[in-house]
Amino acid sequence: MKPKTIIDKIWENHVVYREEGKPDLLYIDLHLVHEVTSPQAFEGLRQKGRKVRRPDLTFATMDHNVPTVNRFVITDEVARNQIAALERNCREFGIPLADLNSEEQGIVHVIGPELGLTQPGKTIVCGDSHTSTHGAFGALAFGIGTSEVEHVLATQTLWQHKPKTLQICINGRLGKGVTAKDVILAIIGRYGVGVGTGYIIEFTGEAIRRMSMEERMTICNMSIEAGARAGLISPDETTFAYLRGRKYAPKGEEFDKAVERWRALASDEGAKYDKTIEIDASTIAPMVTWGTNPAMSTSVDGVVPHPEQFESKTEQNAVRRALEYMGLEPGTPITDIPVQHVFIGSCTNSRLSDLRAAASIVKGKKVAPGVRALVVPGSQQVKKQAEAEGLAQIFIDAGFEWRDSGCSACLGMNPDIIPEGEHCASTSNRNFEGRQGKGARTHLVSPVMAAAAAIYGHFVDVRQLEAEPVC
Amino acid sequence: MKPFTIHRGKTAGIDRANIDTDQIIPKQFLKRIERTGFGQFLFYDWRYLSDGTPNPAFELNRPENEGATILVADENFGCGSSREHAPWALQDYGFRVIIAPSFADIFYNNCLKNGLLPIRLDKEDVRYLLRQSERADYELTVSLEEQRVFDDEGFSRPFDIDPYRKQLLLKGWDEIDLTFVYEAHIAAYERRHCPRP
Repeated sequence: MKPKTIIDKIWENHVVYREEGKPDLLYIDLHLVHEVTSPQAFEGLRQKGRKVRRPDLTFATMDHNVPTVNRFVITDEVARNQIAALERNCREFGIPLADLNSEEQGIVHVIGPELGLTQPGKTIVCGDSHTSTHGAFGALAFGIGTSEVEHVLATQTLWQHKPKTLQICINGRLGKGVTAKDVILAIIGRYGVGVGTGYIIEFTGEAIRRMSMEERMTICNMSIEAGARAGLISPDETTFAYLRGRKYAPKGEEFDKAVERWRALASDEGAKYDKTIEIDASTIAPMVTWGTNPAMSTSVDGVVPHPEQFESKTEQNAVRRALEYMGLEPGTPITDIPVQHVFIGSCTNSRLSDLRAAASIVKGKKVAPGVRALVVPGSQQVKKQAEAEGLAQIFIDAGFEWRDSGCSACLGMNPDIIPEGEHCASTSNRNFEGRQGKGARTHLVSPVMAAAAAIYGHFVDVRQLEAEPVC
Repeated sequence: MKPFTIHRGKTAGIDRANIDTDQIIPKQFLKRIERTGFGQFLFYDWRYLSDGTPNPAFELNRPENEGATILVADENFGCGSSREHAPWALQDYGFRVIIAPSFADIFYNNCLKNGLLPIRLDKEDVRYLLRQSERADYELTVSLEEQRVFDDEGFSRPFDIDPYRKQLLLKGWDEIDLTFVYEAHIAAYERRHCPRP
């Protein structure tokens, strides 16, 4: 039989209807819902008297608007209404909801895997571009708009053309202090924010195989920043070990049977991709973005570039504009950029291993004077576990603010906003103008780089620091 | 969905690449639960100065762009978040067509679902249209039926669109109604792969 990629296999398994001249009608196994992109979809159903076809394959939580200091006091009336609308809609249409009282609440892309809802071979959608995160499990997961949310609620399907396939192979091993976040930032930095447009990316290679599930989620999470429809990783023993015992994962004998099915999904030896990129892991250093899109980055030992270094007029203008927005001079060493804010959180880097890594840098030290540092765990479960392990106390002792779970300062839809003109070392995924607040200057980095920036008040090369054991 | 057949209108150009959805509609306006009324917030942080007055330097605030219904921009337009509020805002502001060398994937789909036509043209053609857009009197015609963009001065280019999406746009059909036609196929798939509990 012709060798197939995991992308081909999952796609073929989900075709409900196929006809020449039309996209395929694909079945959706899991639909995750949050408060921001769903109200208009539910309203659409109501107007037409339609039902949710499979509430049992739908799961909702609130994350974007949730305050992280006192989650039950939402002072912004419009935000409060949006959260109330989700509660109402879930009740009316019979959809399970992890609400603000729930121990399962958290960022939708953190709780899906944590609860074992995310599984290999599933098609997963959510009205959120970072749905690509779930691809880490060998699922075909992608973000959709509100009209498509309504379509999935009503029919449990979507009309989709099959994208092309792009293999990104990370050969060899990562160096000390270099993380999954640096890998994905390096990929986007080298190949651009459009490299994945029209593709689904499969990440392969030794460096990926050696990664934990949480690191793999960080990589797949930012596939969208590379323009890809989705990013995924073939499942292996690491995947199965993570899923065993999770609330919604199959149990007992069923689990073993599922593992056999999941194992068979992995891309076959010799499978063909439309495009392949190979990267040597040892060439990747800790990364810092200096501009206003995720490709505008350099290694921590680099400098802010000159616009003239870029080829096209369009790029030069974009760089000039970005540097003006960021308040940075060409030629400035990255380690000379002062940082006033640090945000450790978001669907990219707010899981337990992220917090452990950050705590190992912070332990026994103090946040630099003039720096405000936040840690926002990705879910209530992450929060609880981090408190039980003593991580929370390490952060608090160092002068960090320890918060409740939510999307928080990644996009500032709740009160966590970075003030105009201030630099923020952020473990989130987007450094667009105004993303963290009007005029806020975001630098995307890994959790260890963010933690180190909090302690020193500027970026430092974590390869030169010693991490303390934390657990 | 409002059908799209043929449209003639003024163009406005924003000569930037990678215009992301956070710029098109900043996050503070995503909390509303309606589909309408987002046009007033379009490009908010670029369009208004800190004191709330229009920023005269921003392209859409220039007098020659008043009343424009066709937006021209550089590559990777609409990258970033999946927020459908972005096409809602563009449409509510008055745009019917967006022309760029390339679009972000989710944004492109979201436009098609709302009767806002995204058109990919070659980079050189987009450069030409960006230059023409600096004139106050420049108009373009977009025929979806013919899949062609043309002006009165000899510029005429074909464009690609998925035939299925084209039909939906021309007719203004509700996609969910169409999908219900395949209900028996969906039910059969569910019996085989995904039985109800």
